[in-house]
Amino acid sequence: MKKQWIILLGLATAVLLAFNYTPKEGDLKLPTGFKAKVFAENLGGVRHLAITPQGNVYVKLAKLNNGSGIVLLQDLNKDGKAEKRSSFGNYPGTGMFVKENYLYASSDEEIFRYELDAHGIVTNASQPQRIVTGLINRKQHASKSIVLDNGGNVYVNIGAYSNACQEKDRTNGSKGMSPCPILDSAAGIWQFNASKLNQTYADGKRYATGLRNVVGLDWNKENNQLFVMQHGRDQLFQLYPELYDAKQSAELPAETMYAVKQGDDCGWPYVYYDPFQKKKILAPEYGGDGKKEGGEKAIDPVVFFPGHMAPNGLLFYTGTIFPERYRNGAFIAFHGSWNRAHEKQKGYFVAFVPFKNGRPSGGWEIFADNFAGTDDIQSPAQALHRPCGLAQGPDGALYVSDDVKGTIYKITYTGK
Amino acid sequence: MTIYKTITVAAAFCLVSLMLSGQNRTELQASVGRGKIVYEQTCLACHQIDGSGVPNLTPPLIKTSFVLGDKGRLIDIVLKGLKGVEIDGESFDNPMPSFASLNDKQVADVLTYIRNSFSNKASGVRAEEVGRARKGK
Repeated sequence: MKKQWIILLGLATAVLLAFNYTPKEGDLKLPTGFKAKVFAENLGGVRHLAITPQGNVYVKLAKLNNGSGIVLLQDLNKDGKAEKRSSFGNYPGTGMFVKENYLYASSDEEIFRYELDAHGIVTNASQPQRIVTGLINRKQHASKSIVLDNGGNVYVNIGAYSNACQEKDRTNGSKGMSPCPILDSAAGIWQFNASKLNQTYADGKRYATGLRNVVGLDWNKENNQLFVMQHGRDQLFQLYPELYDAKQSAELPAETMYAVKQGDDCGWPYVYYDPFQKKKILAPEYGGDGKKEGGEKAIDPVVFFPGHMAPNGLLFYTGTIFPERYRNGAFIAFHGSWNRAHEKQKGYFVAFVPFKNGRPSGGWEIFADNFAGTDDIQSPAQALHRPCGLAQGPDGALYVSDDVKGTIYKITYTGK
Repeated sequence: MTIYKTITVAAAFCLVSLMLSGQNRTELQASVGRGKIVYEQTCLACHQIDGSGVPNLTPPLIKTSFVLGDKGRLIDIVLKGLKGVEIDGESFDNPMPSFASLNDKQVADVLTYIRNSFSNKASGVRAEEVGRARKGK
């Protein structure tokens, strides 16, 4: 009986500690010489974020907070923490991007833009210009991430409202639809004019297809090319237990980075990328057996990562405060997996890939770790924080958003 | 009726109901045990090892009104699947497919398991109840 009380007391203490947990500087594990500060916290689920040349940080919320979906964070006394907050934007969403004197933001159906004044403050907070409207939103993979090129175009991800384009979504043994009708209006990247108002599908262009869902994307300025991170398909074992076991299902397929040109096809739903065979494998919904290859016309990834880690942010680092090897390289925020049963869950970190002349010049490595607060994550609800968005400050600092509690981390290099 | 007779009848009643509830308890435990196996094979990948689900994607099974409430509604979810329904104020993006391919006993067992796991405590579900729901009665 006494023992039970001790266990109960221990549990109560653990629960209290968990609720009182606030992230501390140094909680993140970083390479030597890097330091993380908590720039802001308790914002709610922060998706992507964007920073103006003046250092104003705009963050997009997944859910409205007191009726607002965008928060402006300002560090006026330059101590590395935002002491001023203001909110606007009456729609939730994911996309947030700053280009020249405009702030772009997306809901799950539309893209808006706001004019920025000389201080980097929006001038039309309650009356944004609507750039694109009527994008498909069927809940699954609904977030619309955005990025701009240097030619006045905005690129938006329109995710597939399906896992593998089965006749019955996520249903054991259900066949793949052929051709997959989802590809007409989703499962790709669409290009629109960044300054024309009220555009619909008819005004845009399907720039790349065969992408199940992209949340992290960025424009590489070294080779003037779009790069995207795909979330690979789920549940090979649950849907085809006669072909895959649980362990294979946890590790297949890879999460993939593509360098995309106009007209490229990345293969979904017909093929997935197997990181062990290093091949595009025909999906079981389309007659695959785990070995048959497919997707002759589809491009190969330029980098691949372990399965199901959910890449939600991609940023090419163009600052100068980080050491030489990080310059022009790619940072990727992995939101962390749910689909690796019965293995431990994976991800919940920011990775780095070195680049030279717009091509990867080395393998991937973990850059910032321990967002979850534990190494042993059995289910995603156990993670204290999950990395989602990435942005670079005018001083070259790397900002990382968390969509569990709404913490914004600011990572700098001190050399110590 | 003497007071002794009343006591004897009451005691007998108590004894029988104790025995019955003991028997029900053993049955419940057996169903929970079988249900755990069904859960691990069929449900765990999405609803997770601790029933916590996936934030914004898959509903948790921990003390929600859907799990602890009306058994008919819960049985229907397993048989027909679920999409786009708000659960206790939260919405979830991933659809749940129909698991009508499970037999009545498997559905009853797995629901009995989730109603008595992850700190839930609720009555078990019987195969006959699943059978009636499947026939639309």
